[in-house]
Amino acid sequence: MTYISFLSEYGGRFLDGALVTAEQFVCSLALAVFLAHLAGLLLLSRTMVLKAIAVVYVEFFRGTSLLVQLFWLFYVLPLFGVTLDPFLTGFLAVGLNTGAYGAQLVHGAIKSVPRGQWEAAYALSMSSSKRMLRIIIPQAFVIMLPAWGNLVIELLKSTALVALIAVPDLMFEAKQMNSSTYLSTWTFGTALIIYYVFARFLITPTMRSLERIMARRMGRA
Amino acid sequence: MQWDWQFTVEILPRMLWATVNTLMAAGIGYAIAAVLGLIFAMAQRTRFRSLTVTVREVVEFLRSTPLVLQIFFVYYVGPEYGVSLSPWVAGMIAIGLHYAAYLSEVYRGGIESVSKGQWEACTAINLSPAQAYRRIILPQALPPSVAGMGNYLISIFKDTPMLSVIGVAELMQAANAIGGQNYRYLEPYTIVGLVFLIISLFSAALIRSFENWIRRKLGMY
Repeated sequence: MTYISFLSEYGGRFLDGALVTAEQFVCSLALAVFLAHLAGLLLLSRTMVLKAIAVVYVEFFRGTSLLVQLFWLFYVLPLFGVTLDPFLTGFLAVGLNTGAYGAQLVHGAIKSVPRGQWEAAYALSMSSSKRMLRIIIPQAFVIMLPAWGNLVIELLKSTALVALIAVPDLMFEAKQMNSSTYLSTWTFGTALIIYYVFARFLITPTMRSLERIMARRMGRA
Repeated sequence: MQWDWQFTVEILPRMLWATVNTLMAAGIGYAIAAVLGLIFAMAQRTRFRSLTVTVREVVEFLRSTPLVLQIFFVYYVGPEYGVSLSPWVAGMIAIGLHYAAYLSEVYRGGIESVSKGQWEACTAINLSPAQAYRRIILPQALPPSVAGMGNYLISIFKDTPMLSVIGVAELMQAANAIGGQNYRYLEPYTIVGLVFLIISLFSAALIRSFENWIRRKLGMY
């Protein structure tokens, strides 16, 4: 069998898998971005309880391994009567995990917005929520974007783990094809290349242009 | 579902033994990555443009594809060419290569942070490039790299559960086995999570103090 005929026979399955990976990626990214901002803001909170919740969330999900969290959600949660389907479990685990890493980026970025910006917003007697939304967060966003570029690629890589709880993503399809054809180089190799193309030619350029657009809107380019 | 203390005590010795394997896997993987990473970093600093470009692309590839897929690739592709690798060997190669790519970036950053004057001084006192690197540049590149190196040590430790997919007898594999034999997943998976949490929090603190120590040792504050 040549590689071409291999691709024409199994190409569809690679595409199906890549599509599920893309879905997992988008869902977990949305969750991660939301949680990162929520926890990142709570980390700044002066209310001890809120801050403690955020610290526990961040340390817990950063400190335990993603695979452990995934298996815990998938195998242990049903024992308490909460049964989630694999797709949902998959992006919940990946989103929760990446959100914890993202929270630190948000926290760090907000703290590195120059002090004068806070004071200026205060001088204009903006309410604290308005100050956050209109002055601080947009600037923090520009500061943290490059770091998010790396994190988003980490997120894409993390989604491969959902194959282990039988979500039919790219990794899962590759594994299945490998056990039916034994053409390991081609199955795993093709999957690796698809992930690479996804990261290098889709995510990286998107993040770069987002960085440029934001810098321009902030009047920094 | 109730937490069963008797069961916990029963499985604890086995889990702790598996923890030793996990730590060993992380240690060996890190040692490989540390050496290989330096080679990757140095290969990008030669005069040969094509070597630089090739290594750069390899590093990007390793960094932007999922580790779990790389583990499968190394484990299953070997036999196709008549090389059968044991799970341990395949796992160590995969994890070592993956983190070598990350560490090469850390080293590169460290080396680039050494000021240009140091290089000029090396030329002025007639040091060969090898001597310059070994005696002048690398020792100064180390302190700024320690934080990054430490973070990846913790990351590698948290990624070792992925080795369970090819049957390396580490902590996650032990938890899977215990869970399967007893139909009890609550205790084993929770213990795995706790072990990871404790070790990573502890080592993060350790690395921070090591970083301070090395800075003081080299007279850099």
